[in-house]
Amino acid sequence: MVLAPVPSATARLAGIRRELRAASPAERAARLRELAHSIRRSDLEMISRAGQGHIGGDYSAADIVTVLYFAVLDVRPEEPEWAERDRFVLSKGHAAGILYATLAHAGFFPEAELATFMEPLSPLNGHPNRRKVPGVETNTGPLGHGFPVAVGMAVAAKLDGSGRRTYVLTGDGELQEGSNWEAAMSASQQRLGRLTVIVDRNRFQQGAATEETSGLDPLDAKWASFGFDVRSVDGHDHEALYQALDQDRSADDRPLCLIADTIKGKGVSFIEDRVEWHHKVPTAEQTAAAFEELTAR
Amino acid sequence: MSTTAAVAAELHDCRKAFAETLIELAEADQRTVAVCNDSVGSSNLKEFQQRFPDRLVNVGIAEQLMVGAGAGLANGGRIPFVCAAAPFLTGRALEQIKADVAYSRTNVKLCAMSPGFAYGQLGPTHHGVEDFAWLRTLPEMVVLAPADPAETREALRWAHQYDGPVYLRIGRTKVPDLAPHVPFEAGRATCLRDGRDVTLIGVGTTVFAALAAAGKLAAEGVDARVLNFSTVKPLDEEALLAAAAGTGRIITVEEANVHGGLGSAVAEFLAARTPVPMKLLGVRDEFTPTGSPAFLSEYFGIDAEAVVRAARELTGAGQGATA
Repeated sequence: MVLAPVPSATARLAGIRRELRAASPAERAARLRELAHSIRRSDLEMISRAGQGHIGGDYSAADIVTVLYFAVLDVRPEEPEWAERDRFVLSKGHAAGILYATLAHAGFFPEAELATFMEPLSPLNGHPNRRKVPGVETNTGPLGHGFPVAVGMAVAAKLDGSGRRTYVLTGDGELQEGSNWEAAMSASQQRLGRLTVIVDRNRFQQGAATEETSGLDPLDAKWASFGFDVRSVDGHDHEALYQALDQDRSADDRPLCLIADTIKGKGVSFIEDRVEWHHKVPTAEQTAAAFEELTAR
Repeated sequence: MSTTAAVAAELHDCRKAFAETLIELAEADQRTVAVCNDSVGSSNLKEFQQRFPDRLVNVGIAEQLMVGAGAGLANGGRIPFVCAAAPFLTGRALEQIKADVAYSRTNVKLCAMSPGFAYGQLGPTHHGVEDFAWLRTLPEMVVLAPADPAETREALRWAHQYDGPVYLRIGRTKVPDLAPHVPFEAGRATCLRDGRDVTLIGVGTTVFAALAAAGKLAAEGVDARVLNFSTVKPLDEEALLAAAAGTGRIITVEEANVHGGLGSAVAEFLAARTPVPMKLLGVRDEFTPTGSPAFLSEYFGIDAEAVVRAARELTGAGQGATA
């Protein structure tokens, strides 16, 4: 592994997680919002420096990934392959930037390394590589890969009689890939109650709205018909995300689907909800303006 | 001239050795699991399923999920043997094999059942002949094609203890036992018969065609070396250099597409190191017509007679000599 963890990162992350879980909902939400904005600022710097990236999809997923890593997942940055860790799979691998920024904030590797994002030979490729970046579970990039792999992870946990949890974050456009529906059928057949699929429902794919391309609605009914326990959640409401992602699933053996209603580019007014920001790169002025918005809030 | 390998008369389906060995590996190691696509019968996993019902993950007719789930099981510390008919495992799930298994370098064993022409009259959709070409281009991937039941057992045991992606061809076409048995060693070709005039390189079923051809050629005064290339990747370069130096002529014969297959691999290597006259026998640039495995072997010129003809041409022996 090229990247080394930050010293004492495991204890630090566990401490943050403990505090957040013990805090009042308002305190927890405030703290998570602050973290998410700090992570968004790192991502902005990375994309601006690299002149490449997927800021729209990064920002729609930013709050989800932040809540997972700081309040939900039981992971150890200094032992990224600890057998009993909870699993998180970023199926929408093009949102690597937000994952890297989050992993660095969590101490899986130093934040200074983010400066190499997409540089020649950097471990921080445009799509995540588990052999180069600690904390990444499986290499993604081509769409429709993460959920099948997560099914295997959840089966392994079940075979072990382990309570560890598996989460996979998919884009919404990505659900047009048929492999997801293979995985959905099997996940409910195998009663993988500790598997959660989070759909980043920002309603855009690369070139257009999902509903103008190959429509997904009614998405909740689709998942329900595949045997999932389906919930909708505001994908930018930190407290709602925390409650939805940290459910006690012991009494329900249906896998969970969280449809996270999100806004592509969330957090920066002129980037929000505009399809062209799928992979547009902000100019220096736009970067400064975005940075300001993400600091003020 | 020394003669070594002979062939016993009794014929076997390598899937039996595969199934028995998988059960042995599952008994010995809790981590062993099988993953399949509704292929419990065709992958010969019925007994495995009875013995280890929890450790047989049948995902249904869903190859992309099957391979992805294999990678996820490996992430959870399991050693998954992902079993499906060769054409569907490779063709349908090639991107999963690339991204989730090879690029992610997960400890997944891809077991391609009934490769080559095994499905005979079912036609080219069911023939696994592109696998060598496809799998060989993936970094991290080991590609194995054991020839007989004993080698199938040993290749599986090796794959189980090796930490990394492995692709194994498990033959369905009945084959004899190679005798005497030469132990399987990953990455090493085994010499089944020494010779000085030409080297016949076989893999899987065609090892037997090469051996039979060598016997016929001997009667004509052509001394053929026979190599069993049960590891297609990584290529045994040493054996190839020795064959080029020792026999000066090489014939590859495979139940696979010559474009990108083992013959291509051998030619690519030798062309850059020590070019020698070669003939590449295998599936031409044509979809397979209807026919039994035996018919198709004859049609594409990978049976013993075709190997004999190719050897005569290459060595200048007999009629129609060109060399």
